[in-house]
Amino acid sequence: MRFMVIRKADEESEAGVLPSAELLEAMGRYNEELVKAGVLLSGEGLMSSDRGALVTFSGGTVTVTDGPFAEAKELVAGYSILDVGSLDEALEWVRKWPVEDGHGNAEIEILQVHEAEDFGHVSEENRKYVGDVRELADEK
Amino acid sequence: MRFMVMVKADANSEAGVLPTEDELVAMGRYNEELVKAGVLLAGEGLHPSSRGARVTFAGGQPTVIDGPFTEAKELVAGFWLIDVKSKAEAVEWVKRVPCTDGVEASIEIRQVFEADDFGDAFTDELREREEQLRLTTKKDA
Amino acid sequence: MPTLETHRAIDAVWRIESARLIAGLTRMVHDIGLAEELAQDALVAALEQWPESGVPDNPGAWLMAIAKRRAIDQFRRRETLDRKVTEIGRDLETQEGPSAEPDFDAIDSSISDDLLRLVFISCHPVLSTEARVALTLRLLGGLTTEEIARAFLVPEPTIAQRIVRAKKTLTQKKIPFEVPSAGELGERLTSVLEVVYLVFNEGYSATGGEDWMRPALCEDAMRLGRILAELVPTEPEAHGLIALMEIQASRARARTGPGGEPVLLFDQDRARWDQLLIRRGLAALRRAAKLGKPMGPYVLQASIAACHAIARTPEETDWPRIAALYARLVQLVPSPVIELNRAVALSMAFGPQTGLEIVDGLTGEPSLKNYHLLPSVRGDLLAKLGRDEEARTEFERAAALTRNERERTLLLARAAKL
Repeated sequence: MRFMVIRKADEESEAGVLPSAELLEAMGRYNEELVKAGVLLSGEGLMSSDRGALVTFSGGTVTVTDGPFAEAKELVAGYSILDVGSLDEALEWVRKWPVEDGHGNAEIEILQVHEAEDFGHVSEENRKYVGDVRELADEK
Repeated sequence: MRFMVMVKADANSEAGVLPTEDELVAMGRYNEELVKAGVLLAGEGLHPSSRGARVTFAGGQPTVIDGPFTEAKELVAGFWLIDVKSKAEAVEWVKRVPCTDGVEASIEIRQVFEADDFGDAFTDELREREEQLRLTTKKDA
Repeated sequence: MPTLETHRAIDAVWRIESARLIAGLTRMVHDIGLAEELAQDALVAALEQWPESGVPDNPGAWLMAIAKRRAIDQFRRRETLDRKVTEIGRDLETQEGPSAEPDFDAIDSSISDDLLRLVFISCHPVLSTEARVALTLRLLGGLTTEEIARAFLVPEPTIAQRIVRAKKTLTQKKIPFEVPSAGELGERLTSVLEVVYLVFNEGYSATGGEDWMRPALCEDAMRLGRILAELVPTEPEAHGLIALMEIQASRARARTGPGGEPVLLFDQDRARWDQLLIRRGLAALRRAAKLGKPMGPYVLQASIAACHAIARTPEETDWPRIAALYARLVQLVPSPVIELNRAVALSMAFGPQTGLEIVDGLTGEPSLKNYHLLPSVRGDLLAKLGRDEEARTEFERAAALTRNERERTLLLARAAKL
């Protein structure tokens, strides 16, 4: 099963404060554990929302709004995708999150990723539209 | 430059309503365009927060809360990771995301930290200043 | 005055649409130079109108419509001119312009077909490698002349001239706008892959701190490589190339040390390797393998890169497999450098003596005369066999040959330790 582990933003990440050497090192070591265990599929850090944009579709109109966006805690500061056996296992890993992050105060969210099997109701001819990117998770 | 493109959740996605076959086909064709253009790195849909959890660290101590969570607009329902030339290009691609009539959607675009970024914030500034200069003195492409 | 934001949007639309636009126009007007001019005309129209009207819903179609209209206008004018000329009774033979009737309505050609034709013509062997690179980046990559010039550390007028001459050559030699026949496809594809990989290497060898345009070349190359893999999905080498580039690019975050110095593969922090890119590269290799054709040079090189990518530590590297892959590679591409790499792999797999036998055979190679890695490798193998005197000589020789200060220091240090 795959899970998206989301590190929610906070004032510091939104202010573009770059991680300290200690934090970088701690995250590096944590990352290494994930890689060694073969559970890390991908992961990225996101720049503050002032470098981003929001595109809204409403009543046939498309609106583009540049960042920054107000509520830091609603935003994503980083994410990783883990390949584990269960939500519990994902939680086990997240419990080991470096405490240096956010000076000991951080919010991590875990959401389950769709798999091809979730779309069993789709007709044979359209099956190809489900999980084209799925093959990336085939091999560990 | 990599961009994370996140589709915000809404009442429907949180209720676990899966896309219709038509919606799936439309989205599938869109994904194909991203692939053919050589810009798609990854893309996934996410289950509602009822299948998820939150871990809050306070003073270094974790507390686990099971989903579901109330604020749909704070949640991600799906994402793409794309590799494009600029934020403007990311925006152009997102404008082409198929949206079912009458349905509102909100898609957030965020830039991803890359290899040099932790030491090269300065480079990014230079890049932007340059781009501004180039675009304002644009004669021919 | 157009706003900065609209300009950025137009730039972005151009990046997305220009290759297809030019490809479609080339098929219609049978002239690549004219096609590009018409596309540029459409861009100018966009720059004039979109700041007011906004970016249209289907910008690609808008640009194509404008370009077609301009093309039709041009041909009408030419027809009028021809008629007048005939009336006056003078036999003027126009050198410019297409020789055949433009084909505006042909619907047999899909966008992908046109794009593929454009790829092949831009990389045609009648052009020099430099010309192919410049033309490909311009027409397929959507880069401006200035961007190409900066990326290759060459003055802009040089690139501009290169592109002009390239287009002229294609027209003069009447190079057809077509996908090569089955018999020629393999060879012609090699020419295309070579161009893309060259661009990648230019970016890969560039270091941070240089003009940011240069490392960005890797992304340009990978984008082209991905597009190509979709255009010729039954060609394993296309998948091999993108696999190779993605796996190499996966090491970007681990390749430089804190002081900006290069870190060798075996000293890199593997936890910093980009897992997504590695998995994409492996997936591309699987796609190549599924085609069931013999492994070509790019698939082989990518497979070697994959061996390193999946080893969690240097100790876990599957050296016998790498040695076997190099053995197949050197049969396809008889290069002493590849043979040297094979020797290294063999020594790691089966002991230094095995590798030394091959390296000894390379010492007379004229092309390796000034290649510092030859004595460097030989020195390493000799040292492992306890032949210290000889090893020291080799390290000193290697130190004298290398132009890299840091490398020289390292080699001399190794020599001194013996």
